[in-house]
Amino acid sequence: MRRLAVLAPASAWLALFVAAPAVVLLGIALGEADAGVPPFRPPFAADGTWQGSFANFATVLTDPFYRDAFLRSLVVAFATASLCLLIAYPMALAIARVPEARRTPLLLAVLLPFWTGFLIRVGAWIGLLRDAGWLNGVLRALGLIEAPLPLLYSDLAMYLGMVHAYLPFAVLPLHAVLARRDPALEEAAAGLGARPATVFLTVTLPLSAPGAAAAFLLVFIPAAGEFVIPDLLGPPEAQLVGRVLWGEFFQNRDWPLAAALAVVLLALLILPLRLFQRLEARP
Amino acid sequence: MLRAEGVAKRYGATVALEGLDLAIAPGEFFALLGGSGSGKTTLLRLVAGFETPDAGRLLLEGRDLVPLPPYRRPVAMMFQNYALFPHLDVFDNVAYGLRRAGVPSAELRRRVAEALALVRLAGLERRRPHRLSGGQRQRVALARSLVVRPRLLLLDEPLAALDAGLREATGFELRALQRATGAAFVMVTHDQAEAMALADRIGVLERGRLVQVGPPREVYERPATRFVATFLGGANLLAGTVRADGGVDCAEAGCVLRPAAPLARPAGSAVTLALRPERVRMRPEAADRAAAAEGEGPNATRGTVVEIAYRGELSTCLVRLDGGTALRVSRPSAEGVPARGTRVALAWPGEALTVLAD
Repeated sequence: MRRLAVLAPASAWLALFVAAPAVVLLGIALGEADAGVPPFRPPFAADGTWQGSFANFATVLTDPFYRDAFLRSLVVAFATASLCLLIAYPMALAIARVPEARRTPLLLAVLLPFWTGFLIRVGAWIGLLRDAGWLNGVLRALGLIEAPLPLLYSDLAMYLGMVHAYLPFAVLPLHAVLARRDPALEEAAAGLGARPATVFLTVTLPLSAPGAAAAFLLVFIPAAGEFVIPDLLGPPEAQLVGRVLWGEFFQNRDWPLAAALAVVLLALLILPLRLFQRLEARP
Repeated sequence: MLRAEGVAKRYGATVALEGLDLAIAPGEFFALLGGSGSGKTTLLRLVAGFETPDAGRLLLEGRDLVPLPPYRRPVAMMFQNYALFPHLDVFDNVAYGLRRAGVPSAELRRRVAEALALVRLAGLERRRPHRLSGGQRQRVALARSLVVRPRLLLLDEPLAALDAGLREATGFELRALQRATGAAFVMVTHDQAEAMALADRIGVLERGRLVQVGPPREVYERPATRFVATFLGGANLLAGTVRADGGVDCAEAGCVLRPAAPLARPAGSAVTLALRPERVRMRPEAADRAAAAEGEGPNATRGTVVEIAYRGELSTCLVRLDGGTALRVSRPSAEGVPARGTRVALAWPGEALTVLAD
């Protein structure tokens, strides 16, 4: 009973802002695009008869345009999450090895980018990378290049922006796990003949796996649906699912198709989450 | 085999160890006894290589240990909370050191099996540490340290995390293992009973200094300092002034103290003597004149029982002496304990008195 009372606000929040919109989304996805307000025909007519179809899902799953957008989004999200993990791990470990009193300023430094608006940070990258930007300017002033390097609107620019934006999400869970590690375990390993690198590989790293998984997912999930960064920094020809979704919704005004895209994306992201929960549930 | 020469270690302004000299013999069971902050764990960590001394040398069989990183020292350490690897099962925990040494797999399996048989854990190879009892974990930790055949095993409070009931049995096992392996054991403990029960020799640490080293019996019966006397077995301390005849006038006890050998100190100098609670003979004060001599003369006094603590086989009475001070007196509970408020006569033999250095 008391447990119910404690959980009630969270459950209500989830029902109102997660479950209900998901149901609405699914409803729209099963409908059909139609000129009007709203611009679709619901799957059930006013008298309750079924008039929807799964055509939108079929399109999303079979049309190479959408399939490639999904695939590319997953690849970009995977690469972003992997890069973030690789960069965040040494950062988190270094912070966790500093005496406790000195950790807070370092963690604040990790969070520092959040004090600037997200769009401003992306805009800053544009300023740095564009043809007449800082980086090209410096390279040209140094005489290293003649013509500006095409840095902006490339995969490089997109990944720079993505990793920069999502890095703190990877550092924090890793730090949480690494700060709690028992130094006696590492000493025990060293005492048994393990060199520092072996200690890291056989003790520190495996014991931080839950934190690494959390860090990976905390980056992977939002990155898979990310739309602003690839749109502003990435190459124009490569369509990510976030961009495609936005286009269907606002440019084509095909709400049902956009909703189907969103539902499939959601389903794709629940999969790794479930996997993570399995991993966590293990002792 | 292990020699410490003038070893010193400071943490900021705190002195952990100061000018420490110590020699451990091969195959010896040595206990470092001290309270918290006495530097006993620091010494262990210096030998294991987790800390570097500020001064002094640590020699293992003549070889200087200090420049060697922990993973190159032929020393194993058992941690207070065992530090078992939670992500590895019992077999892999025990095999860890052998794998680092590159022991071939057939020999590795044989040696792990031997080590687990030694600590009576055969059959639990695939258990993870969190599914073991405290006693089992302790034995896994022992097997893990012993399987690499260290010349020297360091044990940090090996029994402290065990239930009282398990402690004695595990202590006996520890002794047997030490004899079976022939390795030198250096154990750190704050528990004087544990140190005396297990060790061949005890070193008592007080604020970073070794104040006395010797076999348990000698350290217990002939404590060198005030600290050793009270830390081991809670001796009574009696202060007095030396008499010309080698005895000691002790006003607070209300009698003359006469050690077995007369004191060779100038008359009139201040001195403190230790008296073990169990060496004091206690009888109810006789009402009749015939026994009136009881409680008079040297090494004898009278008092009133003010507190009684029952400790199982022994009971300790706090006796307020007529001279003013209170004396702890313990006697076997089976012999009966006087009630609170009883007038008692106390006496002790001269050899029960130990003259302290400070």
